[in-house]
Amino acid sequence: MNKTDALIIGAGPTGLFTAHQLKLIGLDCEIVDNLDKIGGQCIELYPDKPIYDIPAVPECTGEELTNNLINQIKPFNIKTHLGERVDEVKKDGENWFVKTNLGKTFLTPNVIIAGGVGSFEPRKFSPKECEKFENKSIFYSVKDKTIFEGKIVSIFGGGDSALDWAVELSKTCKVNLIHRRDDFRGAQATVDKVHELAKSGKINLYTKYQLTNVVGEDNLESIEIKHDSKEVKIIKTDFVMGFFGLIMQLGPIADWGLNIDKKTVAVDTEKFETNQKGIYAVGDICSYPGKLKLILSGFHEGALAARACFKLARPNEKYRFEFTTSSKTIKDRLGVKSD
Amino acid sequence: MPKIIYNTHDNKSYTIDVQNGLTVMEGAVQNDIPGIDADCGGGMACATCHVYVDEEWMQKLPQKDDGEEDMLDMAFEPKKNSRLSCQIIVSDELDGLIVNIPSKQS
Repeated sequence: MNKTDALIIGAGPTGLFTAHQLKLIGLDCEIVDNLDKIGGQCIELYPDKPIYDIPAVPECTGEELTNNLINQIKPFNIKTHLGERVDEVKKDGENWFVKTNLGKTFLTPNVIIAGGVGSFEPRKFSPKECEKFENKSIFYSVKDKTIFEGKIVSIFGGGDSALDWAVELSKTCKVNLIHRRDDFRGAQATVDKVHELAKSGKINLYTKYQLTNVVGEDNLESIEIKHDSKEVKIIKTDFVMGFFGLIMQLGPIADWGLNIDKKTVAVDTEKFETNQKGIYAVGDICSYPGKLKLILSGFHEGALAARACFKLARPNEKYRFEFTTSSKTIKDRLGVKSD
Repeated sequence: MPKIIYNTHDNKSYTIDVQNGLTVMEGAVQNDIPGIDADCGGGMACATCHVYVDEEWMQKLPQKDDGEEDMLDMAFEPKKNSRLSCQIIVSDELDGLIVNIPSKQS
């Protein structure tokens, strides 16, 4: 059981800056995020896209913003639990008991939800029949590539993940690469490599096809794909992989007794507290009159929620407002020299 | 004000006055039309405002950006007439535009 003054759900820009604010005022915190890397939407959706409305930063990409925030919290050595989704948040006396999908548990008076639009989950195939083969012969990520050796693998998608795996697995298996159009959006070098392997017969390329059905009783036997021209092909296959990127789903947050409307959580604008004492929501996931879904709003919300956490984490102390320019205590926490 | 017609997958039809300059996605979200999620808020980064544009209107819309086609790779059951509604800006020329909303966005 991990005990902490505040647990932050979500390692996007808002979660990171909220962590900064908590540590600055002398509270502990830990961060949990379902993605395997820090940065949230900034890293997953638009790492290379420029952002122009961060105060005092005329232009930066999602990746640069994330790296700057990571640098800003570096002095605090904050414990981050990546690749884990918070599944349970339950009242336990004065505290909240929190449990992740991997079974890690936390006890904390404060839970701050900085979850964006929810947790990122892989986009799945649309035919319903795919569900029964999921994680047996249909995969949306690769954990152990050795299971594919010598088998027929059908890969769907047109981005880097699909192309990289097609190239990699073509060394040990028979690969079908299927994509809905002729253009691929992966790196040019990989696209060239795929075409080269297709020419030499190492990869069977099917473009302008989409998956319409999967066939098999206990084991997957074949797939049915349909061309734009309506022509249907049946392909024998042992495994199917889909790489259609990630989608955000509210997920378990919906089950924690919070006031949720249109995938956002209602909060007050003093503490950014939800209808549950000690649970706050900041960033894109919170809603209140006038809410703007901007990164800068998330920073403001996190700063105020952090102050609210102080009361519950240190009930016998009084929070004293201090500036980073002048406070010796804060400078000590940051590990910088005082004048 | 131009009228945009949103048809849902369960055969409901909504005719909405949408101000010039707003996107077809914003017209839907602001008027609580079901079936358009727009998770990323119009950043062409999520493909959850996917619509099928009525065939007759396809040619009248401005061309897709490369980025839009890339995102459509990830949409739920994309077709030839698929567009991201956040990339269609409403103007007088689009008065009467018909878009069909897929049965789901993910």
